[in-house]
Amino acid sequence: MYAQMIKSTGKGVKSLDEMDPEERAFQERINAGGKIEPKDWMPDGYRKTLIRQIGQHAHSEIVGQLPEGNWITRAPTLERKAILLAKVQDEAGHGLYLYCAAETLGVSRDQLTRDLLSGKMKYSSIFNYPTLTWADMGAVGWLVDGAAIMNQVPLQRTSYGPYARAMVRICKEESFHQRQGFDIMMKMANGNEAQRKMAQDALNRFWYPSLMMFGPSDKESVHSAQSMAWKIKMNTNDELRQKFVDQTAPQAAYLGLTIPDEHLEWNEERGSYDFSEPDWEEFFDVLQGNGPCSVDRMEARNKAWDDGRWVREGLLAHAEKKRARKMAAE
Amino acid sequence: MSEPLFEFLCRMGDNTLVLGHRVSEWCGVAPVLEEDIALANTALDLIGQTTLWLNLAGEVEGKGRDADALAFRRDVWEFRNVLLVEQPNGDFGQTMMRQFLFDLWHKGMLTALQDSSHDQIAAIAEKSLKEVTYHLERTTDTVVGLGDGTDESHDRMQNALDRLYPFVGEMFVSDAIDTAMMAEGIAPDPADLRPAFDARLDEVLSDATLIRPTSDFAHKGGKSGQRHSEHLGHMLSQMQWLQRAYPDATW
Repeated sequence: MYAQMIKSTGKGVKSLDEMDPEERAFQERINAGGKIEPKDWMPDGYRKTLIRQIGQHAHSEIVGQLPEGNWITRAPTLERKAILLAKVQDEAGHGLYLYCAAETLGVSRDQLTRDLLSGKMKYSSIFNYPTLTWADMGAVGWLVDGAAIMNQVPLQRTSYGPYARAMVRICKEESFHQRQGFDIMMKMANGNEAQRKMAQDALNRFWYPSLMMFGPSDKESVHSAQSMAWKIKMNTNDELRQKFVDQTAPQAAYLGLTIPDEHLEWNEERGSYDFSEPDWEEFFDVLQGNGPCSVDRMEARNKAWDDGRWVREGLLAHAEKKRARKMAAE
Repeated sequence: MSEPLFEFLCRMGDNTLVLGHRVSEWCGVAPVLEEDIALANTALDLIGQTTLWLNLAGEVEGKGRDADALAFRRDVWEFRNVLLVEQPNGDFGQTMMRQFLFDLWHKGMLTALQDSSHDQIAAIAEKSLKEVTYHLERTTDTVVGLGDGTDESHDRMQNALDRLYPFVGEMFVSDAIDTAMMAEGIAPDPADLRPAFDARLDEVLSDATLIRPTSDFAHKGGKSGQRHSEHLGHMLSQMQWLQRAYPDATW
């Protein structure tokens, strides 16, 4: 889940009777499973909430290149290097589709980028954790992409057309990412003693941060209630987290790895696993910019943007010269 | 025959291996998102080509080494890439200029190798040429765009050209390996590729408002493996680290 704690209007969901005719028609269309397109009328709150959500998702894809990029130059085989590069390239592509989807709501990519770099907009907490061994490339694919998919698959049915369509394409690629992550984990878990140790260590470090990706319980959140009424959020955070644990626990067992939770246990009655909550204090610290890599990540993005300024300006100046020369010739 | 052929294949594969690695160092920090995607694409193509060249090299050598064994288990003196491709990335302008100069040579080389008497080499060349034609189109546009952009971008591109031009000559120097390849009709004389390279280089530099350095001095020692730069060892210490630290592991 690459969007966390997205604020909506904060006012609670209106009933159809409380809405004026325009808003009522909009809501009824969503209730009937219809799509909202860029030129359609939409409430201001819907537009703003979507910009926050899609923007945060896009930023997560961009910052998310860094922890995996950390291992591209140390990938152990040519094939692993190519697969990892292709995956990180997909993430840049996802960022691009998502910024384009956000642009249909009237905000530019440059504006969103400035808001990321100034710290005004956030990206997923998970990318503030370090990748320390090659097994982390497995854990990121298996757990982080696995958690992201939980949220992104339902979002293919979201009410906003451009977002839903971007998500269809993203989901296809994400499921490949998750499989490649699991494949790395299998090799590591079935490898030599050092590799098995790396695999268990990666699971130990990424388990709770992965659970945090879904955000704290939002059963009582007015923001989530509004987003769900608008179908830009399809499930509660707890539902998705439970689904993720239920899917992942048997996979860990298959790998012969131990999930670092002594309370993890199958609950026959619920037909689901019981599990421990992550440390939410740590989560809020990370959101405040106190994650282990928060400062490094923002420095890296700011440096890339500042170092690239002359390139962007140069290419723009050239395009203008070309246009001027063409006009002069005509 | 097999030894010069092995050397030649290592030259082709090490060029793409080392340059692909350098380009992959840009992951996530390019000037714009489109460039992140394009650089990753270039790196991917080069790594794919590396696999083809070095697997064939291993096959020709006949000692059971595959592309990974050659890429991750040789030391600096066994590498046969030209010095140009191991130069550090520098700023985006240096990366693009290095890529452009290499692409322009690479396209000429691969075009000639399509007619190689060695079927597998001709097939790899044909596949690679499709990718490299696109690389060259893109780097040509970028060199022209930045050369003829702002004052700052122009100065940076001129610096990049001045810095990298002394590494151009090595790509066209012929030695005993090349002579052996020519004799078998496997590969062209590199010196024969120079006139077309020069003609196109002059055109592009003119469009880019850049000035070609007057000295044709050329550093040598990469493709012969006799004297690489200090940079290659650092690159290998990163690239080969896992394979060296855990030699019995499979990944």
